[in-house]
Amino acid sequence: MRGFLRALGAVVWKDLAAELRSRELLSSMLVFALLVIFIFNFALELDAVARANVTSGVLWVTFVFAGTLGLNRSLAVEKDRGCLDGLLLAPVDRTAIYFGKAIANLVFMLVVAAIVLPVYSILYNVNLFAQGGLLWVIFLGAEGYTAVGTLLAAMAVQARTRDILLPILLFPVVIPVLVAAVKASSGYLQRLPMEEILPWLQLLLAYDVIFTSIAFMVFESVVEE
Amino acid sequence: MKSQPRLLIGLDVVTVLVMAVATYMVFGYAPIERVMGAVQKVFYFHVAAGWVGMLGFLAAVVAGVAYLVSRKPVWDLVGLGAIEIGLTFMLINIITGSIWARPIWNTWWTWDPRLTTATIMELLYAAYLMLRQGIEDPERRARFGAVYAIIGFISVPLTFFSIRIYRTIHPVVIGGGDPTVSGSFSMTPAMGATFAVSLVAFSFLFASLLWHRIRLGQLGARVEQMKLKLTE
Repeated sequence: MRGFLRALGAVVWKDLAAELRSRELLSSMLVFALLVIFIFNFALELDAVARANVTSGVLWVTFVFAGTLGLNRSLAVEKDRGCLDGLLLAPVDRTAIYFGKAIANLVFMLVVAAIVLPVYSILYNVNLFAQGGLLWVIFLGAEGYTAVGTLLAAMAVQARTRDILLPILLFPVVIPVLVAAVKASSGYLQRLPMEEILPWLQLLLAYDVIFTSIAFMVFESVVEE
Repeated sequence: MKSQPRLLIGLDVVTVLVMAVATYMVFGYAPIERVMGAVQKVFYFHVAAGWVGMLGFLAAVVAGVAYLVSRKPVWDLVGLGAIEIGLTFMLINIITGSIWARPIWNTWWTWDPRLTTATIMELLYAAYLMLRQGIEDPERRARFGAVYAIIGFISVPLTFFSIRIYRTIHPVVIGGGDPTVSGSFSMTPAMGATFAVSLVAFSFLFASLLWHRIRLGQLGARVEQMKLKLTE
């Protein structure tokens, strides 16, 4: 178990350190996320009335699109420079590699969220941090999204059509996360009573648990060579 | 491997017969529903097609797990065949449903959990086929296909639940999303019998199609091998 945790920590640290030095992934995810918000602004005419209803939808579509960008890049880098083979050659449990990559991706997504939320708050003069529950929803949603996303990205980068393949593979599978996260977020933003938000939180949790364990079980058959 | 096995020929004959009986029963034996009229007859093949679709996707998961455990190429053929058949019949299910919904719900489409889930399933398994297309190495293609079939199938009930909670909190305005609200009916014994025969007929059709598809896949693999031998 200790060896597993050390291997996991090493993979996470490697990803974070590489990102800290190059800032390739986060900067492109961030710029992309902000662009999506601006495009929504023009496409949806986000006046005060419309905003109240669509804020959570806009936020989640932004996270999901930026997340796809990050997932694709995170595993494409490993594949292109032959790092994936190096990782697989290491005498550690391969699921440690999966969890390491998934955690790093989760961190990137949360960093993007941590910057998008205040920017959105300033641009539209709403305080998205007023409800602490929203941050939990973002964490749970991002966890489910990256758990499946990392696994599918590991498959997509090994295919010929990899860049266009990931969203096509990922979106139909993460629809439950998206629906639950959007509804729970908008529940918090509109200050609905807890019993209306709870079913969504339960669904998110169930999804996270189920898909993290499935990914844990099948990851090895995705990377074996 | 050269000629069709006797059992398969027998299965084909039985399938054709039961399908003919089911078709006759739908048009000649089942009574016309009092409120909805003749369009209700869509129901028999509509549900049967949906049943075959689900059967196909379920078979693909079983085949996927079996492939990952045993690594026998035949399970990959089973999985691929089951998903191709499932996709086709789910599409028949959606289209016949639309034909029925137009006069009964007064719309081709509502965002009902069942309709939405069925369509997301179509997209999901279309993605499965695209994934396979993008991979040349047959062994890797089989592995990834198995993994995606498992993941996809597990997400389907969650998708259904998520959309159902969505709908119970927000009532559907047009036509009533739930079939028990608008366009529901109680079956007479003759209708029940027709329905049962349709289900049996479509199950035979599924078994027969899947078997042919697996044989086609095996023959295709043999042709590939022979081509390789010729070029050597």
